[in-house]
Amino acid sequence: MVDSVTNLGRSGVFDWMIQRVTAYVLALYAIFLFGFILTSDVNYETWSALFDQTWFRIFTLLALLSIGGHAWVGLWTVTTDYIKPTLPRFLVQAFCGLVMFVYLVWGIQILWGL
Amino acid sequence: MLVSLYRYNPETDNAPYMQDVELDIPEGKDLMVLDVLNLVKEQDPSMAYRRSCREGVCGSDGMNMNGKNGLACITPLSEVLKKNKLVVRPLPGLPVIRDLVVDMSLFYKQYEQVMPYLVNDNPAPAIERYQSPEDREKLDGLYECILCACCSTACPSFWWNPEKFIGPAGLLQAYRFLADSRDTAQAERLANLDDPFSVFRCRGIMNCVSVCPKGLNPTRAIGHIRNLLLQRAT
Repeated sequence: MVDSVTNLGRSGVFDWMIQRVTAYVLALYAIFLFGFILTSDVNYETWSALFDQTWFRIFTLLALLSIGGHAWVGLWTVTTDYIKPTLPRFLVQAFCGLVMFVYLVWGIQILWGL
Repeated sequence: MLVSLYRYNPETDNAPYMQDVELDIPEGKDLMVLDVLNLVKEQDPSMAYRRSCREGVCGSDGMNMNGKNGLACITPLSEVLKKNKLVVRPLPGLPVIRDLVVDMSLFYKQYEQVMPYLVNDNPAPAIERYQSPEDREKLDGLYECILCACCSTACPSFWWNPEKFIGPAGLLQAYRFLADSRDTAQAERLANLDDPFSVFRCRGIMNCVSVCPKGLNPTRAIGHIRNLLLQRAT
């Protein structure tokens, strides 16, 4: 058993499952948006009408959270593979975490138009 | 034929280098790479490599031949030769002791991690622990591993984290005992594997499958372990 405190869920199978589940959410979201762009006339009215609906805001928030989780697991793996010295690795991980947090809060602000 | 060999003797060389040797191979004869190395050693006795059974059973002569890991004794020249040239390097990712001889300590350490032996808490029966033919069949494709390290040293995840990721060879053996109907330590075995490195560093690129000289499939075994971990946790 290898100890780790910087990965998302402490357990390997949790991280693995989160990455798979969030991948499905992101795929569904991407397919939906792609379908929307193909099938409807994209302009300010249709776009804002889409984002006015609560279910779509929830769906978008879920996608945002999924990007955060998915990216954390992925980037954590990349940094532990390629950045061997502890301090630079921790700093890069902290930077990634900060960026994800900013994106999340910013995304919520945009979604609910605060 | 041109043979390019990785040479390094830490007692005399500052750095490893490639040595080119010209060899005359009789027309129409297909030698094994190990035979070629033996011919080289006749010319230059300082050349060091491991070999023992010379028939793909002991797993001593794992090395990298023209870019692909394999056992020199069962790899025919005709299979690896490119433009009449053979480049032989030690197994990648492990410390070189000398020439083609690598230090396998990390590989064995990871093997040890998975408790590669049968654990059974029940009192031993008078003769033997029975196993049905169906249960025995589950071990096919797992027990045949000879620990040559070709797979683990072809795995980038093992290159980057050899002290944390168990590697395909170790995980194949981990599953060999997880799948054994006579073993009673499944819970303990799985608990030891549920961290982000031991199993989950596998990205499923299947280098291990493509190089295994015994035709085994560690990636499939790793998938089975993942399923067991998932069943245990959900």
